[in-house]
Amino acid sequence: MNCAEMHPLLHAYTDGELDLVRSLDVEKHLHTCPACATLRNSILSLRSALRSGNLAHPAPPALRERIRRDVAGVNTEPRPRPRERRPWSWQWLMIGAAAGALFMVALPPAGISPGDRLTDDLIAGHVRSLMAGHLTDVVSSDQHTVKPWFNGKLDFAPEVRDLAAQGFPLVGGRLDYLDGRTVAALVYQRNKHFINVFVWPENKPDTARRTELRRGYAVMQWNAGSLHYSVVSDLNEKELGEFADDLRK
Amino acid sequence: MQIMSATDPPAQFDEVVLPHLDAAYNLARWLAGNDHDAEDITQEASLRAFRFFGGFRGGNSRSWLLTIVRHTACTWLKKNRPDAIVPVNEDQLQEIEDPAGPDPSAAFSGADAKVLQTALEQLPAEFREVIVLRELEGLAYKEIADVVDAPLGTVMSRLARARRQLQQCLSRKGDWK
Repeated sequence: MNCAEMHPLLHAYTDGELDLVRSLDVEKHLHTCPACATLRNSILSLRSALRSGNLAHPAPPALRERIRRDVAGVNTEPRPRPRERRPWSWQWLMIGAAAGALFMVALPPAGISPGDRLTDDLIAGHVRSLMAGHLTDVVSSDQHTVKPWFNGKLDFAPEVRDLAAQGFPLVGGRLDYLDGRTVAALVYQRNKHFINVFVWPENKPDTARRTELRRGYAVMQWNAGSLHYSVVSDLNEKELGEFADDLRK
Repeated sequence: MQIMSATDPPAQFDEVVLPHLDAAYNLARWLAGNDHDAEDITQEASLRAFRFFGGFRGGNSRSWLLTIVRHTACTWLKKNRPDAIVPVNEDQLQEIEDPAGPDPSAAFSGADAKVLQTALEQLPAEFREVIVLRELEGLAYKEIADVVDAPLGTVMSRLARARRQLQQCLSRKGDWK
């Protein structure tokens, strides 16, 4: 291994992040190359200077107290509704939704149940994701990349599974908005067909999978582990059913 | 896995989140550049962490909190100090480096804290945050990748380039022996 190849590894080696085999390679190289050995020493001395330089700012005690008080205060209030946590840009949507809801209360449309509306919303969400060219916010076929991406963006942790072996490679994930809350959308693919999996928390007992077919789309929904799953695709019902079963395993 | 012995949310929050408040404030302070903004960001992030606490399923509570702090800091700075955010892409980050810089293999000893602090303050935010997370907070590469929402390889190359820039910065100030 030459020095140019060695430099990126030297940082990982010095940080203790290299696997055993490559660590041994680096150690061997360091014995024979004074320039790389000096570089490693400079990484170490920079580190010790940074760590001994009093550069970390501890949290002021008053701030700690303020946060404790805040948290105690929040807790005595009624549990915040999801909508209160949303950034302001959603407020207009909420106003729109509220106006829409009022309209519906005033003129109850015959024969449209909330479940029907959700199915329509799910299909609309699926179609929108394909049309807007905004299928994924994080593009990765690696479940270990997609899952952490949701950290801090949602108040729940969706399970991200790799189903490539079953013929449904993971494409990525994004945030979406459905049924009055921010939800996780996982995107899988079967040949040319995209599959959207919408996930959000719902405190209901686990249910069996139920299927609805509408306008050429199949929508499959179930509850498991206090999460609601909705799978939407233009894939045929049989294959989508296989996908849903793989996802539930 | 964190063991959650207490059942009421504030007590759990005290046990799981507040131990990492120093790390949270330190990251916010280095991203914001002053105490006042850092306090606002940390307070807001802590409240968000508390509200999202139901979504925390054990695991690494420090990375989890730091992810929220970083996210809050970005949003906060964009809203309140848009001039403080200078978006740079990876290519630009590459160009910032001084190709004709001093020999990076020069041994470093005892730059005074003030010089080091200024050098770190002057790093682009993308570099500054990886140095703070790695060298000041001691996070593993994987944890840093989670917090800054970037692939592992990007974290490694940013860290290497951040160190090189710090060393160059310091050597320009004549603190190299």
